[in-house]
Amino acid sequence: MSLLEIKDLKVRVDNHDILKGINLTVNPGEVHSIMGPNGSGKSTLAQVLARREAYAVTGGEVLFNGKDLLAMKPEEAACEGIFLAFQYPVEIPGIGNAYFLRSALNAVRKYHGQDEMDAMDFLPLFREKLKLLDMDEKLMNRSVNEGFSGGEKKRNEILQMAVLQPRLAILDETDSGLDIDALKIVSKGVNAMRSPDRAMIVVTHYQRLLNEIVPDFVHVLANGRIVKSGGPELALELEEKGYAEIEDTRQPMPA
Amino acid sequence: MSTNVDTIRDLAEREYKWGFISNIEEDRVPKGLNEETIRLISAKKQEPEFMLEWRLKAYRHWMSLEASQAEPKWANVKYPPINYQDIAYYSAPKQKPKLESMEQVDPELLRTYEKLGIPLQEQKLFAGVAVDAVFDSVSVATTFKGKLAEMGIIFCSFSEAVRNHPELVQKYLGSVVPYTDNFFATLNSAVFTDGSFVYVPKGVRCPLELSTYFRINAAETGQFERTLIVADEGASVSYLEGCTAPIRDENQLHAAVVELVALDNAQIKYSTVQNWYPGDKQGKGGIYNFVTKRGSCRGVNSKISWTQVETGSAITWKYPSCILQGDNSVGEFYSVALTNNYQQADTGTKMIHLGKNTRSTIVSKGISAGHGQNTYRGQVKILKGATGARNYTQCDSLLIGDKCGAHTFPYIDVRNASARMEHEASTSKIGEDQMFYLRQRGLTAEDAVSMIVNGFCKRVFRELPMEFAVEAQKLLSVSLEGSVG
Ligand SMILES: Nc1ncnc2c1ncn2[C@@H]1O[C@H](COP(=O)(O)OP(=O)(O)OP(=O)(O)O)[C@@H](O)[C@H]1O
Ligand SMILES: [Mg+2]
Repeated sequence: MSLLEIKDLKVRVDNHDILKGINLTVNPGEVHSIMGPNGSGKSTLAQVLARREAYAVTGGEVLFNGKDLLAMKPEEAACEGIFLAFQYPVEIPGIGNAYFLRSALNAVRKYHGQDEMDAMDFLPLFREKLKLLDMDEKLMNRSVNEGFSGGEKKRNEILQMAVLQPRLAILDETDSGLDIDALKIVSKGVNAMRSPDRAMIVVTHYQRLLNEIVPDFVHVLANGRIVKSGGPELALELEEKGYAEIEDTRQPMPA
Repeated sequence: MSTNVDTIRDLAEREYKWGFISNIEEDRVPKGLNEETIRLISAKKQEPEFMLEWRLKAYRHWMSLEASQAEPKWANVKYPPINYQDIAYYSAPKQKPKLESMEQVDPELLRTYEKLGIPLQEQKLFAGVAVDAVFDSVSVATTFKGKLAEMGIIFCSFSEAVRNHPELVQKYLGSVVPYTDNFFATLNSAVFTDGSFVYVPKGVRCPLELSTYFRINAAETGQFERTLIVADEGASVSYLEGCTAPIRDENQLHAAVVELVALDNAQIKYSTVQNWYPGDKQGKGGIYNFVTKRGSCRGVNSKISWTQVETGSAITWKYPSCILQGDNSVGEFYSVALTNNYQQADTGTKMIHLGKNTRSTIVSKGISAGHGQNTYRGQVKILKGATGARNYTQCDSLLIGDKCGAHTFPYIDVRNASARMEHEASTSKIGEDQMFYLRQRGLTAEDAVSMIVNGFCKRVFRELPMEFAVEAQKLLSVSLEGSVG
């Protein structure tokens, strides 16, 4: 069974049709990259899959692990195994990072009928992941993302993913804001999580990320539709020619 | 195990058999307020003459206030007129009207007790249901008191103090909140029923947190509570008032007075987690809580610190204050006030700087949800002699939803040019993006809200004794239930 099956998904935001019929199937073990011009709807798709309620689904169907994803609340989708690394991580004053992460992990564990982890059990796991992402433990005593640099926020997203171990990870422009070294470290962290029963959707504008996290499939999202799909070579082609050509090929397609 | 059950049943039946039902008639004073009522109260409590005189002076003063319609109306709260002649001013502890079984208690309230993890016997006590077994922490309280007595610390009910330590009561009672202070304080001075008394002698640091919880079980207090805490030179004490369980009471009007006195180099820390029954979802049946709390930093280098977490009451009117008289004395006020549904709260503090180099800190966190209205009212007064005085005020409001309100009324009065004042204020709303972020990580909407709220209140919770802080967090979560969709 495929892990994620998106059929003709249509989404409207503030009376604008943003997604106009998306079809995409993701199997366990696969890494899909979604590219596309600014404003084409990539983040919208990511957020809808994470069940952000502000985005109204006007048509289509999404199955996650065979279950109706669109009927789930955000926390249910999260507990079922969907993780979104945000393009713009949110600051939450007054809540310590480590505490937040443990609470999140415990929420997921509870959902699956597992025992909650106390601070003592959590610490070794947490330290291991910090090390994986080469992050300073001091950052973890601060409030969630508060005052973090752009790159620190992105790295923190991947840290959370490493702790929560989702079935489907959606990375929305995780590379933007990362310096060259950080990009390598974060990619290493992501690659370490690739496994036969986990899938990833990587939203990016740049080949440099896909050099590190090599995708199985590349899709181009333009104007609310997937207009082209291919292998890793498609990304290279885009890097060379830009979107203009592909968008042109989109014109003859039925509206 | 079964012997245990039998014992409880035994006790329950015994209490029922020898019950206090026959006493009720005897010990109830008719409704209404007049000199006779005051004399009766004083006589029942076997008070010395000075106490009766004081009550009567207060009563006469109150009559003149009532005649001139001096009941304060400036607070930002609304309530129907109170008929002071329709209140019974004295009923002995156990004669409070009681419900016969838990089935008569508001199911919402029971659910809350469950969530807070309060044992059944205590639930009954709080809800005003007849307790069917002897329940109080008598043995705990006794060891506790023994230990304190060894150190010369007096911790007892106010009535006991009036009888056993009249010289101390006479010396300090009304020295911080005189009976003429304000309408509700005057009323309290005339008719107060009971409360706590603490005296910590010179140089003694009280090793335990003193908690009303121990005492309430032994002797319940009424609607007009009176508390007096005195820390003598170099003494220190931490006092905890209230508990997290919502307390139901047939008496709608509560007008307590708390006086704190800190002499040279003494410290008093007074923490409150207050959760009177707020009424049902429409706000019916909730408690009106009009409280006068004031501390006097009378000696040099003394310190008084108020910390409060207020989640209960239909209406709260409360301004724990400090009079910073001794040079270098310090006053602090840390407050979390939450209003949900139709609750109204008008709280804040007054810091009156008289002595040199006096310092005060005010941190107020107001949370409004539902139709709740939350008002912060704070006065900082730096008088002429208070050279080098400093005040720091931080006043933050958090709104949940768009039908609630937050209001801030700071009053600042500086009469010494050397004063340094800092004021920070903010109003924020829980953002949809924050909620989504937390929920995307697996937290329910309710957990997400309580996490954000607890983060918002952190600065205040840090001031609470550890156990109290944990309870307070839990309490906020429970009080906020249903405030998000
Ligand atoms: N709340 C909103 N109100 C109105 N328009 C919105 C809203 N949110 C998104 N949009 C619009 O939807 C379109 C798609 O936005 P989205 O963020 O999904 O693009 P994107 O493909 O992720 O772009 P980028 O590459 O710049 O991140 C944009 O035109 C954006 O302006
Ligand atoms: Mg985007």
